[in-house]
Amino acid sequence: MDLLGFGDLLLSGAWVTVKLALTSLVFGLLFGLIGAAAKLSSFWPARALATLYTTFVRGIPELLLVLTIYFGGSVILMAIAEQFGYTDYIEISAFAAGVAALSIAFGAYSTEVLRGAIQAIPKGQWESAQALGMTPLKTFFRIILPQVWRLALPGLGNLFQVLLKDTALVSVIGLDDLMRQAYVATGSTNQPFTFYMAAALIYLGLTVLSTATTSWLERRSDPASTRAVT
Amino acid sequence: MTEKNTALELIDIHKSYGSLEVLKGVSLRASDGEVISILGSSGSGKSTLLRCINLLEQPSQGQIRIAGETLELVSGKGGDLRAANARQLERLRSRIGFVFQNFNLWPHKSILENIIEAPTQVLKQPRDQAISRAEELLGRVGLLNKRDAYPANLSGGQQQRVAIARALAMDPQVLLFDEPTSALDPELVNEVLAVMRSLAEEGRTMLIVTHEMRFAREVSSQVVFLHQGQIEESGTPEEVFDRPRSQRVRDFMASHA
Repeated sequence: MDLLGFGDLLLSGAWVTVKLALTSLVFGLLFGLIGAAAKLSSFWPARALATLYTTFVRGIPELLLVLTIYFGGSVILMAIAEQFGYTDYIEISAFAAGVAALSIAFGAYSTEVLRGAIQAIPKGQWESAQALGMTPLKTFFRIILPQVWRLALPGLGNLFQVLLKDTALVSVIGLDDLMRQAYVATGSTNQPFTFYMAAALIYLGLTVLSTATTSWLERRSDPASTRAVT
Repeated sequence: MTEKNTALELIDIHKSYGSLEVLKGVSLRASDGEVISILGSSGSGKSTLLRCINLLEQPSQGQIRIAGETLELVSGKGGDLRAANARQLERLRSRIGFVFQNFNLWPHKSILENIIEAPTQVLKQPRDQAISRAEELLGRVGLLNKRDAYPANLSGGQQQRVAIARALAMDPQVLLFDEPTSALDPELVNEVLAVMRSLAEEGRTMLIVTHEMRFAREVSSQVVFLHQGQIEESGTPEEVFDRPRSQRVRDFMASHA
């Protein structure tokens, strides 16, 4: 891929996009699991906190979240540093801010997907494990979670595609992702169609790949190759 | 003492859901090797009673003793009793086999994995030892060839036989059966009853909630008839089936003949 000498630039941008999406996926899933567990908890403050989290994060635009964490984050860090006598300007890495914003957003949406999936597991699945003397924690991780995973995969795959494209928002805080590199290349060559089209094709390629991966995972998570109704 | 050891004892078990009292003080004692069938129409509280024994339902009042050990209970939220000590509850549960109406096998695990899960995870048996025991039990319920299949590939009767093997793998002191054949097609009932009959014959202590009258009569040493949360009548199968004292039991037997 040459593209008037900007091919490598686009590819390096695509790599940043992939790294950003995958890192946010890992943290986002973690937030989602914690959020779902909190929402299903019998401890009301946990439920309240999780509801506040999902309501707030899902209620604001992701772009606002990105900007708040990037600019707001450095204000807060600087205020903290000042307490320790450090007065220089502190800048948050655009990558870290992007991961934080995207995983917080992914976590809020996946909380709901995972909560629904956990609730869809029949009560008998818990009961048969506990009747054998398994601890609640072991029951959750060994019996329930593998089944939750299977039910949640289609929903999570969907959210990952949204996440993959939301990474473009991080270009506004100067991260050299695919979106920004396409914009830069366009700016210096004045060929918007070439570069935006190339970027579009790369995004498309990535989402197709993620769809294929999701359906592969779905097949793998269902060893009986049937939708068991138990 | 000529009497056999007590495997399981329930003392004055009560259970309420809000203002609805489902169990109104049921006491029951099973000696080692005894097979007790619990009969009664639906809503009589028989499944609830069985589920109270290993705290799948939390009784509102009462005592539970397994092989002489009292399950420690404390008042929880909403007035029901919960286990005072989670470790003790888990240990006692591991000694009480429970067979569900809907089998409740784990669909993401193979038949073999279903059976070795608790022995390896709860009893910490070495995997190869658990596997050889599981294979022995699968052979016993006639399903060794399904070792690597998944629950979804099995018929209901086969799933229930696996569920029985899964319970047996823990070498439980008592086996509880909660309507084990009620979810099965009629032609699959007998294969499950045959396994249960062989367990009764080898002297397992069993409590069976069932609607299979003929089976209950043949295998039980004691029959308990529950009505509206209380024991209406109990005794040997001959007493309860042939010479019931209560009109209610007579009516029930007549309609289930």
